[in-house]
Amino acid sequence: MKEYACNVCSYVYDPALGDPGNGIAPGTPFEDLPDDWVCPECGVGKDEFSPLED
Amino acid sequence: MIEGNALREGIHWVGYVDWSVRDFHGYHTARGSTYNAYLVRDAKTALIDTVKGPYAADLLRHVAAYVDPANIDYIVCNHAETDHAGALGEVLQACPRAEVVCNEKCRAALSLHRDTSAWRFRVVRDGETLSLGRRTLQFIDTPMVHWPESMFTYLPEEKILFSMDAFGQHYASSRRFDDEESLDVVLAEAKTYWANIVMPYGKQVAAVLEKAATLDIETIAPSHGIVWRKNLPAILAAYKDWAVCRPHAKVLIAYDTMWGSTAKMARAIEEGATKQGGAEIRVHFIRASNITVLATEILDAATVALGSPTLNRTMMPEMGGLLTYYKGLRPLGKAGFAFGSYGWAKNGPNDVDAALKDLKFERLREPLTANYVPDDSVLDACRDAGAHLARKAVEMAEAFEG
Ligand SMILES: [Fe+2]
Ligand SMILES: [Fe+2]
Ligand SMILES: [Zn+2]
Repeated sequence: MKEYACNVCSYVYDPALGDPGNGIAPGTPFEDLPDDWVCPECGVGKDEFSPLED
Repeated sequence: MIEGNALREGIHWVGYVDWSVRDFHGYHTARGSTYNAYLVRDAKTALIDTVKGPYAADLLRHVAAYVDPANIDYIVCNHAETDHAGALGEVLQACPRAEVVCNEKCRAALSLHRDTSAWRFRVVRDGETLSLGRRTLQFIDTPMVHWPESMFTYLPEEKILFSMDAFGQHYASSRRFDDEESLDVVLAEAKTYWANIVMPYGKQVAAVLEKAATLDIETIAPSHGIVWRKNLPAILAAYKDWAVCRPHAKVLIAYDTMWGSTAKMARAIEEGATKQGGAEIRVHFIRASNITVLATEILDAATVALGSPTLNRTMMPEMGGLLTYYKGLRPLGKAGFAFGSYGWAKNGPNDVDAALKDLKFERLREPLTANYVPDDSVLDACRDAGAHLARKAVEMAEAFEG
């Protein structure tokens, strides 16, 4: 599963960890995040995220 | 005056002291502020940051004491926010050959504020350096401290970190350096600044502190308030604690009230907490206080009791405003409960309770309520709950140390 970084604040969404603080279970791929999910650090939407190159 | 502004030979403060500002986008700046800009004269001349828009002429006058502004080669923009870049357009008109040195995000943000088509940008990347002759500027991205484009400028030959909003204080003074001031006052204003401006970005600050730890720093020159050259260990230690919202043995009680019932409950909670001992107790009637002070109070509190009666089927609006402010600031790891009086519906205290849940505070009990007026049994329950807050605060502070 691919990690995605926030273009605005550089927060990295790691699917292995999810975002439990905001109800996202570990193991949730970025693509499966709900449309209203926002960056837990700066508040922007999913469209402000880019896949990390490995 | 001029000598008092020297950070080093050839490096001077040229900013603006705003003695009278009391409302900084809602932040109650009780002691005014300063917008700090710094002039570095070498083979090339660089201006680091500017000031709020209305004070462009003051900045240029301060610069002119050392050098004709037309001779400025670079204007570094560490942060695109208006209090530092607002004067940039007007300043550039007096500095025809100056390039604006900033990162790509800053260039974009500056260009969204105004027409920059005539500006000459020199876009720099994280870690990049720019030689001024004998001395060098190094740029360090610090995203979200305070905005996405924020960066520090480091001057290795002089061990100066130009840290933009970080380590700043809204504090107007005729003096520039921490050793000329009462440390208590400057630290208190740095704490208020942290709580109101930087608190949401504690994680990013921790990362920045790690980055900065690799630099050799003797002077921290922020973009507001006093320059740190003596008490660096004190402010760095404070930042470390604030970045994790380190709880002290401190109880915060804040409330609004209509006819005095919720105020009575607050005083009973205070009584219980005080009698328990061991913790500092702070009590605020919200409408006699303000959100700026209450942000600072919660930063190092361990436990909180927030009270509102029911008004128009919900909590009172000042409490709603405070909780909205807290929601954005995201104080971490607090515990507490809601309280308040009601006539026929408990929505006031219940809505406060829901907000505490939303803030991810540990809730120590169900909302403590009084039907119209607290009777003796309610007041006893308030005293018990207050004692619990104090005990818990002591525990949390000790657990954190241990
Ligand atoms: Fe800022
Ligand atoms: Fe600022
Ligand atoms: Zn983000």
